[in-house]
Amino acid sequence: MNIFHKIDRENRKKDIPEFIAGDTVKLNVRVKEGDKVRTQPFVGVVIRRQGSGARETFTVRKVSHGVGVERTFPIHSPSIANIEVVRRGDVRRAKLYYLRERMGKKAKVKEKARAPKPE
Amino acid sequence: MSKSLIGKKLGMTQIFSEDGESVPVTVIEAGPCVVTQVKTEEKDGYSAVQIAYGEVKPNKINKPQKGIFEKLGVKPKKHIREFRNLGFEDIEPGDKLTVEQFEVGDLVNVAGISKGKGFAGNIKRHNHATGPKTHGSRAYRIPGSIGSTDSSRVFKGQKLPGRMGHDQVQMQNLQIVKVMKEDNVILVKGSIPGPKKGIITIESVE
Repeated sequence: MNIFHKIDRENRKKDIPEFIAGDTVKLNVRVKEGDKVRTQPFVGVVIRRQGSGARETFTVRKVSHGVGVERTFPIHSPSIANIEVVRRGDVRRAKLYYLRERMGKKAKVKEKARAPKPE
Repeated sequence: MSKSLIGKKLGMTQIFSEDGESVPVTVIEAGPCVVTQVKTEEKDGYSAVQIAYGEVKPNKINKPQKGIFEKLGVKPKKHIREFRNLGFEDIEPGDKLTVEQFEVGDLVNVAGISKGKGFAGNIKRHNHATGPKTHGSRAYRIPGSIGSTDSSRVFKGQKLPGRMGHDQVQMQNLQIVKVMKEDNVILVKGSIPGPKKGIITIESVE
């Protein structure tokens, strides 16, 4: 086996739930404060997935106090405690950059009808 | 004892550290190497260890080199390099050196031949600033003044365009992030000189 595949495999997590752009996810991020580690939740819509293998990242967007907040995380990063899919979105593209220009109700992603219930 | 190996740059990737940071790493295939000669102060005037690395067909190397490997009873190797011996006591020709001598956290110097850039101008070769792009400027990437009329010559060492790269370059104090013994591979933090498949030498920092 190629050595790069091997390194990649070692750095990947196995318990990543299936999700795509448009889905609403809740993740717990490990935050280091001094020598204490606590988890901080972050809930929002996934607007993109980028890259492949252990280097894959995803961007989550939420609107907090009227200000759009986007955070990009490596999917396999050990600093993400867990990812939970809250809601499946019904979207037609892979990158939802158009959400940035929309406010209020227009910025909502429709829920996928008859979507398989996320656990 | 100074630990040293000859290896091959395989490329770069990233791995996650224990505290969740992604670390850029260079993947190096290092060793197994064979000690071909131990030079001593009494016999050679200086102390050094000569090691060899890399598979090669026996008909591809010259006869004097073939003799070295025949004497040791090992397969012929392609690359031979010499390292200063810093306190090697119990080392003899024929000894095998592998990545096992290195541990995670060790600091190493990695040296190799950098990528050739061809004939490069001053901006790229000497990090000069560019001139203005517009407003009638004709000095966008030129070297500028190269001396005074008074001296009526150009001084030696004047920075001018020329061949760039393909030099011996050493990257110092690189941290070893991982040692993969079964694959003869080590991962060091950061970049190292040269192209993929380039031959490099690894030496522990003393």
